[in-house]
Amino acid sequence: MSKKFDMSKYEDHGILGPFVRYLKANLGILAAFIVLCLLITVMAPNFMTVNNWLTILRTVSTTGCLAIGVMLAIMLGGIDLTGGAMIACVGCLTVTAMERWGMPMVPAIAIGLLVGIVAGFIDGWIIAYSGIHPFVVTLAMQSILRGAAYLIAGGQPISLYANTTYPIIGTGLAGIVPYPIIYMLIFFFLQYLLLNKTKAGRYIYAVGGNATAAQFSGVDIKKVKIMAWTISGFLGAFAGIILSARMASGQPGTSIGAETDAIASCVLGGTSMYGGVGNTGGVLIGVMIIGVITNGLTLLHVDSNWQYVAKGLIILLAVYIDMIRQNKQQSRSE
Amino acid sequence: MPKTLVEMTNISKSFPGVKALDNAQLTLYEGEVLGLLGENGAGKSTLMNVLGGIYKPDTGSIKIDGQEVTIGSVVEAQKLGVAFIHQEIALVPYLSVAENIFLGRELKSAGMVDKRRMYREAKQWLDMVGLDVNPATMVCRLSIGRQQMVEIAKACSLNMKLMIMDEPTSSLSENEVESLFHMMNSLKERGIGIIYISHKLSEIFTITDRVCVMRDGSYVGTIITKESEESDLVSMMVGRTLDNYYARTFNKPGEVVLEAKNINSGKRVVDCSFSVRRGEILGFYGLVGAGRSELLKAVMNLYPRDGGTVTIKGQDVSKLPTRKIQEMGIALVPENRKLEGLILKNTISFNISISVLKKFIGKLRVNYKKEKEIVDNGIQSLAVKTPSRTQAVRNLSGGNQQKVVLAKWLASEPEILVLDEPTRGVDVGAKAEIYKIMNELAARGMAIIMISSEMPEIVNMCDRMLIMSGGRIRGELDKSEFEQTKILHYAIAEEI
Repeated sequence: MSKKFDMSKYEDHGILGPFVRYLKANLGILAAFIVLCLLITVMAPNFMTVNNWLTILRTVSTTGCLAIGVMLAIMLGGIDLTGGAMIACVGCLTVTAMERWGMPMVPAIAIGLLVGIVAGFIDGWIIAYSGIHPFVVTLAMQSILRGAAYLIAGGQPISLYANTTYPIIGTGLAGIVPYPIIYMLIFFFLQYLLLNKTKAGRYIYAVGGNATAAQFSGVDIKKVKIMAWTISGFLGAFAGIILSARMASGQPGTSIGAETDAIASCVLGGTSMYGGVGNTGGVLIGVMIIGVITNGLTLLHVDSNWQYVAKGLIILLAVYIDMIRQNKQQSRSE
Repeated sequence: MPKTLVEMTNISKSFPGVKALDNAQLTLYEGEVLGLLGENGAGKSTLMNVLGGIYKPDTGSIKIDGQEVTIGSVVEAQKLGVAFIHQEIALVPYLSVAENIFLGRELKSAGMVDKRRMYREAKQWLDMVGLDVNPATMVCRLSIGRQQMVEIAKACSLNMKLMIMDEPTSSLSENEVESLFHMMNSLKERGIGIIYISHKLSEIFTITDRVCVMRDGSYVGTIITKESEESDLVSMMVGRTLDNYYARTFNKPGEVVLEAKNINSGKRVVDCSFSVRRGEILGFYGLVGAGRSELLKAVMNLYPRDGGTVTIKGQDVSKLPTRKIQEMGIALVPENRKLEGLILKNTISFNISISVLKKFIGKLRVNYKKEKEIVDNGIQSLAVKTPSRTQAVRNLSGGNQQKVVLAKWLASEPEILVLDEPTRGVDVGAKAEIYKIMNELAARGMAIIMISSEMPEIVNMCDRMLIMSGGRIRGELDKSEFEQTKILHYAIAEEI
């Protein structure tokens, strides 16, 4: 907290309130994002164009959906590693249902989403009732889903010819804005509402901050956990629908490691791996940073293998800077 | 005239919104135990953190052995001979005693850790503090008291000149306290100066030579222990005389609101039955481990229960989940505020409102005005000292944290309030305030159950008392029958 300008007094007032709170929580990462954008703009002239930004947003839409769910798991002091495998499994299932089983589009999508919800529910249920660490539970589920993806698709990608409406879900445009961007923003908005405007949202902060104290306050910890992982499962499945629609095919080997990008986005966005701390706006920026890095490096013709290395380094640096900033803030307020 | 070991003068330190230290001072002589006394938030811990190298003061000077020093870090403090024994044990639980003592400066021969030499030398330091354990024992196998002794042995091995002890007895048994004091006396004889922070006045009078009193971040005065009385210290601490410390006006209790019958929970709680009336304060006395907390938690289904019935206002609630029982008008303020009561990294506002969200969060709509009202009401009625309601709870002093816990539960407007050790780790001033609040609540018709291990407060505050030992209720005494020997007789009753 700065002594000269204490923003906290504006926090409660009027329509500016959420905006000020947002700025205060994300100042560091927002600055990093802007600097990053400026740097790339200078080096790659074709970066700062409307078309390129729409491309960035479209590519991050799947990571974005995953990150929204993963963040809830992280906020509870846990993790969700199922993301990439969920995308593959649900994509393969939905496409197979239409292509091979002759299902119409709506029930096929419903089955896909249902698998995500059920898998997420099972994760949450095991985590809540058995006490096994979420890392282990979701790692196991990741393996199961990846296996299921190959089994359903018969070991190789299947293309979709039977249905021509389905691909529009992933490629359609509203004006110039691709649909997936709209889905992602809607989900971010819903998560904002969940965390800020509902009891369940506060319970997530409470359980992540101190589960015992939350329990003593009458919070049903198990229910909160099951809810978080179920939502995460649903969003993973939705990401699977988006991606398979965009590619008009089910790819059992797709999105390996997509969950790590999602986790990185959350951490970049100020979500504490210890739980109890995080905000929606921060994660959105985290997602954008990941997208901008990938896009910028491509524009700069950096070899894609080197892109992984660069991405890792940038994430480390950004989180380190943010940590220093937070430590400073903390030592000043104690 | 003994030699001056430490001289701290004009120490000031500010944090945003709080002036934690305001021209504080402290003098410590060689070979003495100096008590450091003050209410929670008086600045004792901050002053000691300055001496221990954890905080840098804004102004002021520190002299050790007559030399002006600046202490920039914990390591520098250690080099100057300052040892800090914190309330929480700072040892690695899964390493041996010797490995802990030499952690970071392992004894080596030919580039390899020389365990045998470490054990041998560790043994010498352990002997010095009079601790008889095998240096190869894993630390987690030792009792808390013994772990503390290991920490002191470690400090001795670091060539300490002075030792700061922050409430070292808070989790020790009586025997352990005795051997701690014995060891402190032998350190004194070696010329080591000890600064001893404690809220327990009886300990201050047993062990200290002089007492330095602080209030609101400033130095109040230093007295010689032998020449003063308890009331002197208390009035120095609070800045006023505390008359009517236990404020209690007794009224005729109303009808029964809570009745528990035949509550069982394994061996921890055996066949307990009790009831409480409106406007009554019911005390639960017993030694640590008597099963009092477990019984009350079991009543609220926060602890596994095998059988028994619980009725609130005539309605059977035995099978309801905790949240539903709470909605019937009962609130439990848990014993350990940091573990069970508060979400430390969150704000005062968040903590106070978490159990009453229903009152201001509707369908996707938060009534911030109502939230503010509830929170401010809590802060005001309990006089929580804080610059703002968005302050993180971990930045508050112990007494203020306890008030936040109370405010949180009072926000749900309970008719039955269970207080588990409500004044533990709280200073005299805050204690008096908590008693006053309890009295007001009881006068308004609330039924209060107080679990306490402090005889004076339970004797003075309660209408009726139940005494437990070994998981059973051993006796029930009415106000007129309160007598220390009787109470203790029940409290140490063995299995029949």
